[in-house]
Amino acid sequence: MKSVEKKKKEQQSLPERFILLITEYPVPALFIVISILAIPASGFSVGYLTQELITRLVRNSFLVLSLIIPIMAGMGLNFGMTLGAMAGQIALIFITDWGIIGLPGLFLAMILSMPMSVLFGYATGKILNKAKGREMVTSFILAFFANGIYQLIVLYGMGSVINIGSDALVLSRGYGIRNAVNLINVRQVMDNLVPIKLFGINIPLATFLFITLLCVMILWFKKTKLGQDMRAIGQDMAVADAAGIAVEKTRIIAIVISTVLAGIGQIIYLQNIGTMNTYNSHEQIGMFSIAAILIGGATVSKAKIGNVFLGVMLFHLMFVVSPMAGKNLIGSAMLGEYFRVFVSYGVISIALVLHAWKRLKEQERSRAGLQGIATEEARGSEA
Amino acid sequence: MDMEVVKTYIQRVGWPRIIIGIFLFSLFIAAPFVQVRVSTSISDTLIRFGMNGVMVLAMVPMVQSGCGLNFGLPLGIISGLLGAVLTIELGVTGFPAFLTAMAITTPFALLFGFGYGKLLNRVKGNEMVIATYVGFSSVAFMCMMWLLMPLKSPTMVWGYGGEGLRTTISTEGFYLHVLNDFLAVRIGEKFFVPTGMIIFLALMCLMVWAFYHTKTGTAMTAVGSNPDYARAAGINVNRMRVISVMMSTWLGGIGILVYQQSFGFIQLYMGPFFMAFPAVAAILIGGASVHKASIYNVLIGTFLFQGILTMTPSVMNSIINTDMSEVIRIIVSNGMILYALTRVTHSGSRG
Repeated sequence: MKSVEKKKKEQQSLPERFILLITEYPVPALFIVISILAIPASGFSVGYLTQELITRLVRNSFLVLSLIIPIMAGMGLNFGMTLGAMAGQIALIFITDWGIIGLPGLFLAMILSMPMSVLFGYATGKILNKAKGREMVTSFILAFFANGIYQLIVLYGMGSVINIGSDALVLSRGYGIRNAVNLINVRQVMDNLVPIKLFGINIPLATFLFITLLCVMILWFKKTKLGQDMRAIGQDMAVADAAGIAVEKTRIIAIVISTVLAGIGQIIYLQNIGTMNTYNSHEQIGMFSIAAILIGGATVSKAKIGNVFLGVMLFHLMFVVSPMAGKNLIGSAMLGEYFRVFVSYGVISIALVLHAWKRLKEQERSRAGLQGIATEEARGSEA
Repeated sequence: MDMEVVKTYIQRVGWPRIIIGIFLFSLFIAAPFVQVRVSTSISDTLIRFGMNGVMVLAMVPMVQSGCGLNFGLPLGIISGLLGAVLTIELGVTGFPAFLTAMAITTPFALLFGFGYGKLLNRVKGNEMVIATYVGFSSVAFMCMMWLLMPLKSPTMVWGYGGEGLRTTISTEGFYLHVLNDFLAVRIGEKFFVPTGMIIFLALMCLMVWAFYHTKTGTAMTAVGSNPDYARAAGINVNRMRVISVMMSTWLGGIGILVYQQSFGFIQLYMGPFFMAFPAVAAILIGGASVHKASIYNVLIGTFLFQGILTMTPSVMNSIINTDMSEVIRIIVSNGMILYALTRVTHSGSRG
C-alpha cells in the first residue's frame, strides 16, 4: 500500500508535488504565508531578523528537542517539560548563590539539575502511567500542580529551610527568592565561548555544537533497542506489551529523558537571556515549545528533528514581527501582541483536533472492519 | 458504631473530601483564636459560594453526557462577557440590566456551544485537552475583538484614544449586587447573607435537576454512562452531546454574570483565561469524577473549595505571618484535578 503511494509520488509533476507538500504540512505552510505577509509590514531589516532568528534558535532549540522522545513513545506532547525547566531554575539559583562563575558554573548547574529532573520525570512518568490515553491533559495539569510545589519551595523554603546565603537572591523579608535573579555569572558563557561574526551577525558556535550533539544523540537513540521499544509502544501499546516490552517502565524512561533534557534546555535558554524571572520563566516554556514544534510540522504522534528547527524559526519569526506589523498595519501594537498569543494557542488546538479526529476515524474504521461491510455502508449513508 | 460502617462511610464520601472538610473545619475553629471574625468568614464564604456556584454547575451537563470536564468554560464565560458589555452599551440599569445581560448571553452561548459541541463530537476520547485549548484560543481571539469592537459607552472604552475596551469594567450603576441585595439578611455590621444570589443558584440547580428527569435528560445520562447501549436504544448520541455542551456553555455564561454582579467588575481580555480550573477543581472536590457529576457534588464542592480559599489567607496569615494562600490554592485545586484524572476508570481512554 505504502510503496504504491510512494510510486505515485514519484510520478507526479513538480506543481503537483508542491500541492501535496502543502496538504501534508498545512501548518508550516500557513506560517510561511503569514511570515511573508508580516515581514514587510513590520519594517524590520533582513540583518536584524537574521540576528534575532539565530538568537532564538540558540535559545529555544534544545528545549524544543526535549519534546521528541515522548512523542516517539506515543505519549503525546509533554506539557510536563515545565518540571524539567523548574529543576534547571533551581540549579541555577544554587550556582548563583555559590558564586560559581563561567562555564564551570553552567555545567555544574546542568549536572545539579539532572538528579532533580530524574526525580520529577520519574514522578511524572508514574502519574502518566495511571492516566493512559489522557497523558496530555494530565501532564498539563501536572505542570500547574508542580508550579505550586515549586513556589512553595522557592518562595517559602529557600532562605528558611534551604540555606541561601546571598543577599542579592533572598527577598528583604529574609526568605524566598527574589522575582528576578541576575545570572551575570553564567550570562552567555556558552554562546560567547567561540564567538564568530559573519556579515555582522553573531553566531554562538559552541551552543550550536551542543545542540547538534543532542540531535546526533537523538538520532542514535532512535536506533537503539530502547528507542525501538519506544517506537513500538508509540505504534500500539497492547502489541508492544504482547511482544514482551516493559511498557510502563519504558514510558517512564521516555519522560525522564524528556525532563532531563528540558532542564538542560532551560539552563541554556536562561544563560542566553541573562536574567531569570524566578516565578515566570518556566511557566510559558511548555506552551511556547509545543507551539514551536507543531508549527514546524510535527504532530501529536510524529516529530522529527527538522520540525524543531523549522518550527522555532517560524514561530519566533512571527513572535518578533507581529507586534510591529500590528502597529504598522492597524496602529495597535497590542493587537499584534494578542495575535501571537492567539496563534500560539490556536495552532496547538488545531494540531490536537486534527490528531484526535484522525484517531477517532481510525478507530471507527477498524470497528467497521470488525462489524462487516454492511454496517460501514449504513454509516456511510448516515454521514 | 462498628468499624465496617465507618469504613464504608469513608469510602462513600472519599478521602479527599474528608481531609479537605476537616481542614476547613479546623480553620473555622482556629479563626477566633487568631482574631479572625467567624461571622465575616462565614458570610465571605457564602458570597463566594454563590458567586462561583453557577460556573461549577456548568460542569454537570458535559460530564453527564460523557464529554468530560468542561475545561472549555472560558467559551461560555465569553458569551457572558458579550452579554455584559452589550448590556452596558445599551445603558440598561438595575435588575433589568441583569435580565438583559442574561437574554443577550443566551443566543451567543447557544451558538458557541453548538460549534463547540460539534467539534467535541469529532474528537471523542480527547475532549478534555481539546476543550482546554478551545478555551484558551477563544480567550486569545476575544482579546483582539475587545480591542476592535466598535462600542462607544464611556464607562467601557479606554479614556485616551477612545478605542478598545478597558481590561476591567465596573458593574456599578448597572447590575452591581442586584442578586446579592435581593432579600439580603444583615445581622450587625459584619454578617451578611446574599439571599438573592443563593436563591438564584438554587433555581439554576433545580432547573438542571429537573432537566435530568425529563426524557431528554435521561437519554443524555444514558449516553454518558454507555454510548453503545444508548445508540442501540435509538438515542442520537451526537445530538445529546451537543445539547449537553450547549447547556454547559450557557451555564458558564450565566455563571460569569452572577460572578460579576457580586464581584463588581467585568474582567475582559485574559480575565477568563484560567477560570475553568477553579470550577473544575470545585466539582471534583465535591466528589464528582471525570464520568459522573451531580448537583450535590456542585454544592458540596463549591462550598468546600471556596471555604478554603476564603479561610486560608486570613487564618494562615495570622498564624504564620505569611500569605501562602495563593500557593495553597494552586496545590489544592490542581492536586484535586490530577487526582481525578489518575483514578482508574472503566471506559478506557478519555483525555
